[in-house]
This record gives sequence, structure tokens and C-alpha cells, in this order.
Amino acid sequence: MKYRLLYFASLCDAAGRAEETIASDAGDVRALYAELAARHGFTFTPDRLRVAVNGAFTDWNHRLADNDEVVFLPPVSGG
Amino acid sequence: MFSISGTPIDAARLQRELEDACVGAVVCFEGRVRDRNDGRAVDGLSYQAYDELAEAEGWRIVEEAHAKFAVERVVCVHRVGDLDLGEIAVWTGVSASHRAAAFDACRYVIDQVKARVPIWKREHYVEGTSEWLHP
Repeated sequence: MKYRLLYFASLCDAAGRAEETIASDAGDVRALYAELAARHGFTFTPDRLRVAVNGAFTDWNHRLADNDEVVFLPPVSGG
Repeated sequence: MFSISGTPIDAARLQRELEDACVGAVVCFEGRVRDRNDGRAVDGLSYQAYDELAEAEGWRIVEEAHAKFAVERVVCVHRVGDLDLGEIAVWTGVSASHRAAAFDACRYVIDQVKARVPIWKREHYVEGTSEWLHP
């Protein structure tokens, strides 16, 4: 399946890009993060991140569909 | 209302949005760029937002404030982009009939925005380096 990823803050720096579209066999967000962490060297463990699919927060067991937009959100620091 | 702004925040204009004949109390909070953090000299900040989700989560917080407190108007705007020392990074204003609700709601909104809205701060240090903050 194909997924579109958006990266922010230090994950954007680590990936060297703000977005990408990848083909992956990962069926849920947890498996997808493991694959991306290995590829880009992300050091955050899942318990430090939130995840959003198609513009809404969701959980780590969320099953993915073709062409989903997935964002792994590092700890926020607004204000 | 909640919004993300790529241009400087006009506090006087936002404060006018809090006006209403029934309002007896207005509380505003301005978060500003200061020159130090954790003992390091800072000369500017950059903010990045996941706009779509930041707007949605910000609006949810404003709606929660209306549900929890007896308030009339709730306004919050967060800056993105590059900010100089002294600039307003986030502005929150609440109007209500009485001061207790206005203080409580203003505190609620800024605390929740800092904890939940997908916005990230990069500190630029006087020594020449910079880094994202991920508390």
C-alpha cells in the first residue's frame, strides 16, 4: 500500500524532508513507525509520540488504508 | 476562536473581539519570546505547526472552555515562523461577566494549548546553534 507521511520538527530534520510517499507492507501505524524509524534513524520510542491519520488523532493500533496520510507527532512545545 | 498566524499578532485588535455589553471582566495572556531558557542565551525562536490538526485541536480547547466556564468570548492565536525577542508567540483572551471565570478559562486555554496543540518551538541560541524543544 502507499502512504503519505508528513514530518515535523526534529522528525523532519532526521528524515531530511517534510513529506514523502512510500510503498509499505505495514498494516497499522505501529508497524509503519517501526519501518520509518529504521529507515530514517528516528530515536523517539512510540510512547513519546502521538499519531494522526488523515488529520485526526488516533491510536497505535489504527489499521491503515491505501493512500492514508500519516503523521507521527513528537512532543509539542507551543506557547 | 482559535487560529494560527504567520504574521505578527495584533493584541489590540484581538482584544476588541472580546467586547460585549454583558462583559464585566477581560483577562488576556501574552506569551512572549524571552532572551534565556534553561540557562542558555536565546536570540530568537521559530515555531512550526501541523496546521490542519493544530486548528482543529485549538478549536476543541476553545469549545471546552465555553463548556466548563461561564465565559462570553474566548480567543486564542498562536504564531508560526521566525520570531524575534519580545514578540508575542501566543495570545489568549477571555471575556466574562465576572473575573473568576475569566481568569480560570484563560489559564485553562493556555495550559491546554501548550500541552496538546501540535506546534513546535525551535530555540536559536546566541552561540550560533539551534534545537527543537520536545519536553
